[in-house]
Amino acid sequence: MEKIKQIILDAVKEAVFDDKEKLTVTVEPQKLHFLLQTLHDYAELPFDYLVYLIGMDWGEKLGVIYLLSSSKDPSQEIIIKTGTSDRENPLLYSVTDLYGTAHFNEREVYAMYGIRFINNPDMRRFLLNDDWVGFPLRKDYDADPALNPVSVESKDIIDTAPRIVETPDGKLVEETVNIFEDGDYIINIGPQHPSTHGVMHFRTSLDGEVVKKIDVHSGYIHRGIEKLSESLTYPQILHFTDRLDYLSANINRHALCICVEKAAGIEVPERAQYIRTIMDELNRIDSHLLAWSAHTNDLGATTAFIYGMREREIILDIFEKVCGGRLIINENVVGGVMFDIYPEFQKDVKAFIPYMRDKLKEYDRFFSHNVIALGRMVNVGVLKKEDAVSYAVSGPAGRASGWSCDVRKYNPYALYDKVEFKEIIRTEGDSYARYMNRLDEIEESLHIIEQLIDNIPEGDYCAKTKAIIKLPEGEYFQHVEAGKGLFGVYIESRGDKTPYRLKFRSPSMALVSVMPLICENEKISDFIGIGGSMDYVIPDIDR
Amino acid sequence: MTHYSQPLEFTGLTRWFDSALRSVMPDFWAIFIELVIVGIALLATYAVIAMILIYVERKITAFFQARIGPNRVGKYGIFQTVADVLKILIKEIIHVNKVDKFLFYAAPFFIIVASMLTFGAIPFGKGLQAVDFNIGVFYVTAVSSLGIIGVLLAGWSSNNKYSMIGAMRSGAQFVSYELSGGFALMTIVVLTGTMQLSGMVETQRYCWNLFNGHIASFVAFIIYLISGHAETNRGPFDLPEAESELTAGYHTEYSGLQFGFFYLAEYLNMFVIAAIAATVFLGGWMPIQIKGWDAFNQIMWYIPSYVWFFGKTGVLIFISLWVRWSFPRLRIDQLLNLEWKYLLPINLVNILLMVILVLSGLTLTQIF
Repeated sequence: MEKIKQIILDAVKEAVFDDKEKLTVTVEPQKLHFLLQTLHDYAELPFDYLVYLIGMDWGEKLGVIYLLSSSKDPSQEIIIKTGTSDRENPLLYSVTDLYGTAHFNEREVYAMYGIRFINNPDMRRFLLNDDWVGFPLRKDYDADPALNPVSVESKDIIDTAPRIVETPDGKLVEETVNIFEDGDYIINIGPQHPSTHGVMHFRTSLDGEVVKKIDVHSGYIHRGIEKLSESLTYPQILHFTDRLDYLSANINRHALCICVEKAAGIEVPERAQYIRTIMDELNRIDSHLLAWSAHTNDLGATTAFIYGMREREIILDIFEKVCGGRLIINENVVGGVMFDIYPEFQKDVKAFIPYMRDKLKEYDRFFSHNVIALGRMVNVGVLKKEDAVSYAVSGPAGRASGWSCDVRKYNPYALYDKVEFKEIIRTEGDSYARYMNRLDEIEESLHIIEQLIDNIPEGDYCAKTKAIIKLPEGEYFQHVEAGKGLFGVYIESRGDKTPYRLKFRSPSMALVSVMPLICENEKISDFIGIGGSMDYVIPDIDR
Repeated sequence: MTHYSQPLEFTGLTRWFDSALRSVMPDFWAIFIELVIVGIALLATYAVIAMILIYVERKITAFFQARIGPNRVGKYGIFQTVADVLKILIKEIIHVNKVDKFLFYAAPFFIIVASMLTFGAIPFGKGLQAVDFNIGVFYVTAVSSLGIIGVLLAGWSSNNKYSMIGAMRSGAQFVSYELSGGFALMTIVVLTGTMQLSGMVETQRYCWNLFNGHIASFVAFIIYLISGHAETNRGPFDLPEAESELTAGYHTEYSGLQFGFFYLAEYLNMFVIAAIAATVFLGGWMPIQIKGWDAFNQIMWYIPSYVWFFGKTGVLIFISLWVRWSFPRLRIDQLLNLEWKYLLPINLVNILLMVILVLSGLTLTQIF
């Protein structure tokens, strides 16, 4: 880290280091792009993985926090902050040319904070309408409903995007660009469409059956969870996490719990750790089964879809018996779990493991080697490793592109350092690799559960916590490996019972942001199939 | 040829009815009344078969998919389709504003009429064939291909991009597979030397065409099943209405009974394809008979011919469902590759092979 500190100082003399657990640097906006470029191109340990891009309103300043990491060693992290005190027309420099994932994130920051990014190719608001009044996540936002009345009028979609470009001689030019070419045959896939897996809207221009360009519109179910969280206590916020990626509900919740526990210094009982880990893995199997089912359904195989649902049902039954919930299970709480496991829990789970193994073989026989299925998946939607890193596509999809990015491996939490399991990595990067990765990860999850299920220690299942949890002042990050990739929580606390700023880093947003890239020049049917293989969940993007 | 007793056939009844009519009125009116009755009977059969098929498919699909299927309306849910038909009859037809009105409303009729026309030529049983053309095979192929006009019109007039893509896919698919289907049937015409469906059934008295032409027939049969399946737009060839891509393809904008027409036609086309395959390859309504085994033959004849027909057709429909619910969907280029690069060339060679087999006397009936 000292070496990296030196590199940062070489690049930007004025960089200010904060005394924090993670290396934290504050730089002026003008120097930001150069610094990130230097770190990005650092050959020994390239910081080419932008994990978070967080908009911030520090009161006196508006700015952005970047959490950089390296695809070579994702456990290395640097936090870079930059900001501007101009609240009327805040301008920062874009890093979209370095990190693909920055594009959507910068657009989101624009919608929420009004910060525009110079050189971002498409500076429309993400998640919000273009005519939204005010910037919701600013501290001085006026939430008067009269300002943004519910509109019942149908609005035409205008396919133009504003942007600010810096000319070589340093002048800023505001311009408007057309997203599609004249005379393009554009169809709307979504917002109501059977295969967008939620309320997603892809404006797609076609050349016959071939996809020319995709324009992503998101935000149809944007609930402002991050804004709402700022006025709620931590135990209350827990309930939002389930409603992000509802298929990884338990895992998401786990992330926030760990984050709060670490910050508040709460010790979690061993028994709760076991229950959490087992439930997380069951949840992962559940998520992957649904992903498998939905993917086969997108390819037109309805029967396979139902088979996946059949197995998932057993997991949901176990969830229901544990805590009453099936999809959104409210099991994790700060300090442990809400309900202890029921007496036959171990028996049920142990019965499920061989059953699921048997069914995995059935999936293999029934679908994985079917000649039509292979034709629809092999060499379709190839995501190269560089692109996966650039767009921060983690999870099974990232690992299918040959990128080792399993948080459970490089940054173990709960009991993942005590169990033995393989990180499934394939290098093809096509739909089929993603498809097979999920099935193999189910097997690995079963293996993890197997190692834990017989050893659950006796004892408390929840630590005693204060009625009101206040976090000490500071910034806290926590990542976990959710079903779709890295799910992260960022909390900035000012010592209150509510967070000053809370950000959820959603894996699905990265998955969707790469869709326009990998679907170009594929057939429209394959676009749907690739979407299925990426397995994004919309509430996770919209938050 | 020995005459076997056939107690359950309709031939006696129809003959008696005909002579009874002719004895009380002039020939013209007798024929006129008969035509009307036959027409009504066909329409009724059409509707009943569709209802049975829908029920059967739902049950069989449920069985494939580890589900129960309809089980609320009547015992085992047997009245479920009746309820569904009633529902669809009284459902509102939503009038879409920006469509080409005339074509939009005409399209469902093209489809339904095309599949209905084939019904007249299908031999459901001994003497249960409305019109016995001497070019029966040709007629059936010709009228069943009219349905594509309806599909194209529906897609075009809906003024919806999804419908349009669906219709274009459908057009490409239908025209391509019509070739294969036609050639497969031609192969059998070469074998039997007749295009008349009743004649075809008669030649298969002791040996089905499927076995008679052995290699060539088998190939033709498989190709016919594949292309027939493709012509009916059912999975894995259901690209025109690929619901995960195009929501519902060419019939996205249709509702109520108009949608019902498309739905009905799809099921009936499946039946028609299976019926033609059964008639041409599997001996149609002809019971299984073995030369010289009179007692056995007599027992087979006790089972009425229409039961044989529906039995054979049913088996083929079952195979079709099995395929549909097992395979994922093809992509349009894969679909066309399969036809133009594989099926069609194989088919052309196959016809040649059949001609050689027939000319050199190598068919089973000629050998034994």
